[in-house]
Amino acid sequence: METSQTLTFPGRYDSLAVISEFVTSAAEAANLDEHGIYAVQMAVDEACCNIIEHAYGGEGRGDVECSCRVNDEGLTVTLRDRGRPFDPSGVPEPDLQADLEDRDVGGLGLYFMRKLMDEVRFEFMPGAGNALTMVKRKEAGS
Amino acid sequence: MEVTIKQFKRCDLVKATGRIDSNTAPKLAEAFDGITKADRFRIVFDVSGVDFISSAGLRVLINVQKTCKRWNRGELVLASVPQRIHETLDLAGFVPLFKFADEPLEAVGSF
Repeated sequence: METSQTLTFPGRYDSLAVISEFVTSAAEAANLDEHGIYAVQMAVDEACCNIIEHAYGGEGRGDVECSCRVNDEGLTVTLRDRGRPFDPSGVPEPDLQADLEDRDVGGLGLYFMRKLMDEVRFEFMPGAGNALTMVKRKEAGS
Repeated sequence: MEVTIKQFKRCDLVKATGRIDSNTAPKLAEAFDGITKADRFRIVFDVSGVDFISSAGLRVLINVQKTCKRWNRGELVLASVPQRIHETLDLAGFVPLFKFADEPLEAVGSF
């Protein structure tokens, strides 16, 4: 059985809490465990921030469309925006061993997304913006 | 997200509750800035009430730590860190960069 719901949010940081509530309900409906739910919350938060900062270049410049698809496999979240094309290969991996003075958080968002979600797929559709799809599978036996 | 600050003789105790994300991180940064701009660099951050922290929050913490540790004048200690938050810090490679305490007052006393 599969259910799907799509909501559109203003591309502003004050949307993050309500987006989180939306994906949390979907994660719970997908029967993800606590770890899985938190992973989804983190990945989606980071992804939305990247959309606002990088695709739109700032707050209040466009909407973020969030689709949650729940099925037997788990949860699939797709985030769509109408901003600049985003090329993830252009983002450097964070240096997790750097000394304090050299330590930065650049690239951490993308790193979290890839570590916490089972699949992360970026698509750019000319004239239609970016689509980011992330999948979190249920733990085996749940 | 709510932030409270309690000033002790030798350090400041900051407590935050709720979500630390790109929306609320500036408020947290402002609280820490108020302390360091007053030339106070020994800070305990009570994390027990924080239920979510994104990389925006981690950025605030790392910046405060850099400021406090400069010229060995102090540091930021993380106290009562919930497991989920600790896991995030670990994933980000941040655990070696901070001292941790089980209880905020224990950390306050250690300064």
